[in-house]
Amino acid sequence: MEFGADLEKITKKLKLKNFTTSIDLNTKTVYIPDVNRPALQLNGFYEHFEANRIQLIGMVEHSYLEQIDEKIRNERYDKFLSYPIPAVIFCRGFEPEPYFLETAEKNGVPVLGTERDTSEFMAELINTLSLELAPSTGLHGVLVDVYGEGLLITGESGIGKSEAALELIRRGHRLVADDTVEIKKTNQNTLLGCAPATTKYLIELRGIGIIDVKSLYGVECVKELQRIDLVIKLEDWKRGAEYDRLGLQDEYMNILDVPVVCHSLPIRPGRNLAVICETAAVNHRQKKMGYNAAEELYRRVQENIKNHVGE
Amino acid sequence: MKKEVAVKMSEEFGATPIAHLVQLANQYESRIYIEIDSKKVNAKSIMGMMSLVLTEGQNVIIAAEGPDEEDACNGLEEFFHNNI
Repeated sequence: MEFGADLEKITKKLKLKNFTTSIDLNTKTVYIPDVNRPALQLNGFYEHFEANRIQLIGMVEHSYLEQIDEKIRNERYDKFLSYPIPAVIFCRGFEPEPYFLETAEKNGVPVLGTERDTSEFMAELINTLSLELAPSTGLHGVLVDVYGEGLLITGESGIGKSEAALELIRRGHRLVADDTVEIKKTNQNTLLGCAPATTKYLIELRGIGIIDVKSLYGVECVKELQRIDLVIKLEDWKRGAEYDRLGLQDEYMNILDVPVVCHSLPIRPGRNLAVICETAAVNHRQKKMGYNAAEELYRRVQENIKNHVGE
Repeated sequence: MKKEVAVKMSEEFGATPIAHLVQLANQYESRIYIEIDSKKVNAKSIMGMMSLVLTEGQNVIIAAEGPDEEDACNGLEEFFHNNI
């Protein structure tokens, strides 16, 4: 089944007015994250008409319809609404005519309205649709916002992901999701993570059980949606395994075909995971700002060698 | 190793069949995942399993990977058949 966006959800999110209350919006789905301004279609031109997009009526369409004859107008409505349109939205507070509404209800086309300006509303609608229709996946891990960087902590069950998250939360960072993270790819290089509705803001701690972070520690400790910038993979410390010592070359992990920087962290008693996670997050931020400590070290070493040769 | 099973409900474990299922999964060394539709969840994680909606008659896939994968698959299959 193709993945679609529920029209009811979009209507609620964008606070749209529903003109056709007889149509159940829950049964309507939008599949294309784009809209159409049907000015040409209302003028009778239907070649390449994208009927499966949401249709937006703005100033152009409204003024055009106002100045044509009522009989022709009704014919145009008949033709336009005979297509399987997911929804028609009237912008700028324009009201659909009674005949338009009647025909729409007959054909099962939902008619919605907003007070907002067409182009500004269109941008947000497309944005919302893209988010709803984005490819998604679920991952086993914990997502925390650390200094604004989205840190996805992964690793085997029982290795201490939730404990690390809890310590980060107590140090003033924010929990997005524990255990299962729902991830959406909103564009070529952006991954957004959130929690499934059932486990939102809950953490499972071995030996204590389920705790509700939002009610225990407050709203400042949780966040609904977070971009994923960095993956921390917790592993049992293995003798002889290679761990990154300098950080000159980044390792990547592919999530929905987006490469995300990934650090493997060996676990050993006495390692303070929260501090390491915090450091990884700020260090990643500093790298994004253009400074790399490992490169600086390399540069100093090179300079030393040069000076030594010059003496 | 993968196995597809249908979920059967019973009242034996009351409101916490999932907790028992997770406990059972944790007794095996293998990595175990439960797949429903497009969702794939670690069977050893209680929060993950809670986020699945298991209903009577639904087909789930048990995917196990590791030294005792066969035992794990069989054990969980038994559980799905009798106890949830």
